[in-house]
Amino acid sequence: MELSIISLILLYYLKRPMGLITVSQDWNRLFTSGMIAAAVILFLNYSQITFLETIAFFASILLGGLIVYLVIKNPELHHRKGMIYAWLPIMVISVISDVIYKLSPTFYDQWENYIEVSEFFAFAWAIVMWFNNSKQRRALEAEKLKALQREEKYKLTESIKEQLEKQVIERTAELTAQKNNLEKALHDLKATQDQLVHAEKMASLGELTAGIAHEIQNPLNFVNNFSEVSNELLAELKEELEKGNTAEALELAVDVSSNLEKISHHGKRAESIVKGMLQHSRTNTGEKVETDLNQLADEYLRLSYHGLRAKDKSFTADFKLQADPNLPKIPVIHQDIGRVLLNLINNGFYAAAEKKHQLKEANDPLADSFIPKVTVETKALKNSVEISIEDNGPGIPAEIQSKIFQPFFTTKPTGKGTGLGLSMSYEIITKGHGGKLSVSSKPGLFTKFIITIPQV
Amino acid sequence: MKILIVDDERDVEDLFRQKFRKEVRAGDLELAFAFSGDEALKILSADNPPKVVYVFSDINMPGMTGLELLDKIKERFPHIQVSMISAYGDQENFKKAMNSGAKEFFTKPIDFISLKKEIGKLIDHHKS
Repeated sequence: MELSIISLILLYYLKRPMGLITVSQDWNRLFTSGMIAAAVILFLNYSQITFLETIAFFASILLGGLIVYLVIKNPELHHRKGMIYAWLPIMVISVISDVIYKLSPTFYDQWENYIEVSEFFAFAWAIVMWFNNSKQRRALEAEKLKALQREEKYKLTESIKEQLEKQVIERTAELTAQKNNLEKALHDLKATQDQLVHAEKMASLGELTAGIAHEIQNPLNFVNNFSEVSNELLAELKEELEKGNTAEALELAVDVSSNLEKISHHGKRAESIVKGMLQHSRTNTGEKVETDLNQLADEYLRLSYHGLRAKDKSFTADFKLQADPNLPKIPVIHQDIGRVLLNLINNGFYAAAEKKHQLKEANDPLADSFIPKVTVETKALKNSVEISIEDNGPGIPAEIQSKIFQPFFTTKPTGKGTGLGLSMSYEIITKGHGGKLSVSSKPGLFTKFIITIPQV
Repeated sequence: MKILIVDDERDVEDLFRQKFRKEVRAGDLELAFAFSGDEALKILSADNPPKVVYVFSDINMPGMTGLELLDKIKERFPHIQVSMISAYGDQENFKKAMNSGAKEFFTKPIDFISLKKEIGKLIDHHKS
């Protein structure tokens, strides 16, 4: 009877999970069946029918033995070994005492004390084992708790990680978009800059064209005039020869040959102007060529004057080149320096004419006698060459002197200047030629731009 | 008869001397040249009364322009005739020159046929 109750208890515990350890569904079903069997046995035990009681007695031994056998033999159930060991002595003693009682109740009475003592020890053993087992179980449960906490922490970390990853992806997308926008803006700016530089070049080319037309027209006129007059001279020469006037004929021949020289000279002059124009508009090759800056300054002083003159009929000005005859030729990028000179000289003429305009506006008596003037001076210094461009215009106030080389700074009315002339000139002189471009000015009196280019 | 030609291009002198070679040799014409307005005024002031009867002046010159020279000549020597020669044959210059008392207005490139006619008329007038 006791054995089937113990079996029931054992089966109940076997079904329950221990700490983290659970048994499989198959085992669970088996244990449930076992519990039903134990209950049936228990019921049969009380049937008062000797035959059934005997069957129950053997069945309970079989069930108990099976449980002990399964738990000890199956590695899957080893965690419950402790429990089996705790109950085993009680089970064995119960079986023995039942067997003894069934076989010989007298023998049982004689030995009852011993059996009771052994039952007591078996109980004591079971209690000690139970304590031991529950300690083990608590340890396992604590471990389970820790494991659960770890798992929770891990889950939390995972979710944070996931969130962070999401944020990283979002930020990356944002940054990529920003980067793309910036790249596009930069690209647009570069394109605009190129356009502006081109516009500035074209603007200065436009300023040049009128001057160039005038400058080319003059030599062409000479070429035409001298070839025409040479023809006339040759006709005369023939006449003189026919008359036998050799001396006269010789004199005419000298004139004709000097005219041919003049034709060639003016032809070359026109050619060099066209070349200069092409160089001005051509994209920068960056090639430095030994250049006579006196000649270059003269050329651009004239081009600038005639250009402005052609554009504005009322424009009048005086100009002068004070060329240092000892100026050495130095290697410069011809078209770049030309652009700088044109820009500075144009500015000079513009400023000087502006002063006359201001005087007229103010009804100043000096207005009529004031002659706008631009003076270009070249000077050979110890290891460098200096070119200064001075105008007698209204001057530049001290507070804007520091700004004039900044891109887009202009004092001209909107649409009249790109504001890039001086900044480009500054770049060309400093970066392109390792030189210096400085300004000195006295408001009301003059402005002088000084270019210094090192000789080497 | 002496005429003065004012132009900042020096080769103008040779051109005129050759173009009017016959007239000069025949003694009908005397040529003088100046390369700026200031120089022209100096030449005109050198003789009193000036021998020059006619001035041909370029308009575009550094310093004093041809139009300023025209005004000065008309002010100081009103009997001297002045004709303008300019590369810029625009209405504005033409009007200014005519208002200031210029006789003719020639455009560059110079049409020597009409210029010769003008000078021929002068010579004829001078002779008679």
